[in-house]
Amino acid sequence: MSQPDSAKTHAISLQAPAVTKRASSSKNIIENPKLSIHELNFYYGRYQALHDINMDIAERQVTAFIGPSGCGKSTLLRTLNRIYGLYPDQRATGVIMLDGRNILDRDQDLNTLRAKIGMVFQKPTPFPMSVFENIAFGVRLYERLSRVKMQERVEWALRKAALWEEVKDKLRQGGTRLSGGQQQRLCIARAIAVKPEVLLLDEPASALDPLSTLKIEELIAELKADYTIVIVTHNMQQAARVSDYTAFMYLGSLVEYADTSTLFTNPSLKQTEDYITGRYG
Amino acid sequence: MPTLQRPTGKGLAAHRRLNFIPPLDQALMREVGTDALNSISTPTVTIGRIRPGRGTAIADFLFRGITRVAALLVLALMAGILVVLFIQAWPALHHFGWKFFTGTDWDPVNVVFSAMPSIYGTVVTSVIAMVIAVPVSFGIALFITQLAPAWLRRPVSTAIELLAAIPSIIYGMWGLFVFAPLFSYIQPWITDHIGDWPIIGGLFQGPPMGIGIFSAGLILAIMVIPFISSVMRDVFDLVPTVLKESAYGVGCTTWEVVWHVVLPYTRIGVVGGIMLGLGRALGETMAVTFIIGNSHTIGESLFMPGNTISSTLANEFTEAIGSMYTSSLIALGLILFFITFVVLAFAKLLLLRIGAREGSKG
Amino acid sequence: MPASAIYLRRRLVNAFNLGISVLATVFGLFWLVWIMWTLVSRGVQWINLALFTQITPPPATPGGGIANAIVGSLLITLVGVVVGTPIGILAATWLAEFGRYSRIATVIRFVNDILLSAPSIVIGVFVYAVVVARFGHFSGWSGGVALAIIMLPVVLRTTEDMLTLVPDQIREAAAALGAPQWRVVITIVYRASLGGILTGVMLGIARISGETAPLLFTALNNQFWNANMGQAMANLPVMIYQFAMSPYENWQHLAWAGALLITLAILVLNLIARLVIRSNTFGT
Repeated sequence: MSQPDSAKTHAISLQAPAVTKRASSSKNIIENPKLSIHELNFYYGRYQALHDINMDIAERQVTAFIGPSGCGKSTLLRTLNRIYGLYPDQRATGVIMLDGRNILDRDQDLNTLRAKIGMVFQKPTPFPMSVFENIAFGVRLYERLSRVKMQERVEWALRKAALWEEVKDKLRQGGTRLSGGQQQRLCIARAIAVKPEVLLLDEPASALDPLSTLKIEELIAELKADYTIVIVTHNMQQAARVSDYTAFMYLGSLVEYADTSTLFTNPSLKQTEDYITGRYG
Repeated sequence: MPTLQRPTGKGLAAHRRLNFIPPLDQALMREVGTDALNSISTPTVTIGRIRPGRGTAIADFLFRGITRVAALLVLALMAGILVVLFIQAWPALHHFGWKFFTGTDWDPVNVVFSAMPSIYGTVVTSVIAMVIAVPVSFGIALFITQLAPAWLRRPVSTAIELLAAIPSIIYGMWGLFVFAPLFSYIQPWITDHIGDWPIIGGLFQGPPMGIGIFSAGLILAIMVIPFISSVMRDVFDLVPTVLKESAYGVGCTTWEVVWHVVLPYTRIGVVGGIMLGLGRALGETMAVTFIIGNSHTIGESLFMPGNTISSTLANEFTEAIGSMYTSSLIALGLILFFITFVVLAFAKLLLLRIGAREGSKG
Repeated sequence: MPASAIYLRRRLVNAFNLGISVLATVFGLFWLVWIMWTLVSRGVQWINLALFTQITPPPATPGGGIANAIVGSLLITLVGVVVGTPIGILAATWLAEFGRYSRIATVIRFVNDILLSAPSIVIGVFVYAVVVARFGHFSGWSGGVALAIIMLPVVLRTTEDMLTLVPDQIREAAAALGAPQWRVVITIVYRASLGGILTGVMLGIARISGETAPLLFTALNNQFWNANMGQAMANLPVMIYQFAMSPYENWQHLAWAGALLITLAILVLNLIARLVIRSNTFGT
């Protein structure tokens, strides 16, 4: 019984130093971090899902998290706006700095945090209301706008999300009646409308067809000018296409973190190379 | 994915179906199903000014608190029913002791009460109901899930479920005024043909009155068929297609697939459904009150009149004079509540096991 | 036995048993048709304007109606709905949003399912002991309370099932915008499941409007006009029971008419519930 256990621990402890070393060295590549993660650990009940994550996330750049299923990439993303807090048995320890504040602090106000950090999920999540109301819902949480201003804001967000032309005549229709790709862009528009600084995208294109995926990727490239974007993806080509920095994760640890072209063309660890060349995962 | 462990997809459908909602409601719920999200299109929302911060925390705390109180009220209700019934029943239970359960007298004039005749009637009518309803429900579920063409499944399911929507007092009226007179013509025939069989023959003798324990059991059977058949239908639908296909693949007939694959696979759920039906039958009041004949005797024949706990309560509660009489009646109610509690809890546990099994697969 | 004989035997067993299954289905449907036919054929001739405008007549007196029982039933049912529905919805909200799979939530769910199938006459006895005995007289209020207790578990169960169907991702998406939880529930989750919740409420109403047993010892009955919920109150089910069991022909006729009315009302409620769903799923 004890043998496999100790073997596993051994494997992890072998890995850990390499990771820490690499991660800390990769920190230096980012000069102007928007988010700064130190010694982050994450637990589902007793199960530890993230181990000592250290990384910086560059402002107005796209950072991609890649890795096999269950590696913790989504978990890491979900710590950044503390959405895990909805579930009582999930907790995180460590420090995540945003604008000079540790967002994991107990007294961090979640509403203001989430106003700053928007999130888009794997499957489109239109609310059961009209297209217009879907976007206005988020805005109304923070601002009281006149009718005209609200219409302007909705149009602005929809234009930003490259959806305006397609839905401008359907604003009063139910959001659930749009196509899957349109729904996902609606969700992006909804997140943008609140005027966040950071956008978290959790495999935003995995439930979409190739054409819609392309549109989302184009959108990400455009949004980068205004927002810090963090994207989780299981699709390595997508990470290579859209991101500036890529973090490879495995078994809850950050294995390698570098600018995207370096990581994909010249990975410094064999493990990373094996993964990106499709040898496991 | 780091989400809560709750049933989703097929598991949820199972979880939802294997519950205690009357069958008709279940059919409707199935229709709502996953379309629930697409259901609303009214755009107007009125919301007040909400500032992030303490106000939000207090509002959340209040909301949580209020809903929690409502949820705990369910427990309080159950506890309240048990405690109130017990306190009110105590004088009779204390006064008569064990004789309350074992005696056969129900004599308001001399203030002697015992529960045996009512318990006997309750149990026997329910057993008759089960003996009739279980095979019939099985046949219906078999027809709906394996035989009926697709266009017929829905209408037949709905029609059977409508039996559960008819109020029990309607069953009672129909039973007393329509069924019983007709049945009294059939009874002599039954007595002639089964009445001299060994052992069970005696159960089918007696004057052809139409009413009595057997008639009550038969009407109870009709009333619980929709409950049992819909649970059976739902658990039959849970059998993985590959399992059935592999049985057909070795050349089984439809009946053999059902008997050797579907039924063993779903037996826990089937028993749960039967228990659920039994719980309903035990507590059914109005239909039985109309037709059982209301006599505090333990007849030798099923064609004799009798009484159930619920029919005794319905008949005598408002006319009971004296505290011991009332207390005895409430004690009957407590016994009924206890019996159905045990049966229903057992049913629920079985159905939960099915739900858990399905959920873990999904 | 030769192989062909075995095969024939199996085929025969199969055909016979499947035939029995068809017969069982016909057997089940047979009672439905028979009962409905009885109701229509015996009730429809006594349905007229007076039924809805006049109060219950004295025994063996021709004429009269059941207006007082209809009004009483509406009032008592209304109390049951107004009391039972919000509590059921709030409790379901706690189970689906907060309690979830905690131990206490599991216990509450379990107890609720037992209450859902508990004998309604016992609920009547309970309300008699708690309300009627305490105030010393039968009343419309106590009938309403009894119906509310029967309504509550139905609404709770259906509402919770509907709330559970709303994907967690929708909740997360709303929370990720910074919406407080109460607001997520009220503006997103309730909205998403509104059709289902309404259906549950309607089915609850259908269930309680036919209940007789719990009203026997609570609302009792009343031969006269009475809009005072503090007094014994006429209501359709108990009226039907008493009149059907009476030896007077005119009362029995009214009972059949009432039985037809109440059954139709319940079937129509079920129908409306279906229509609500149809219209709500239109968008898909």
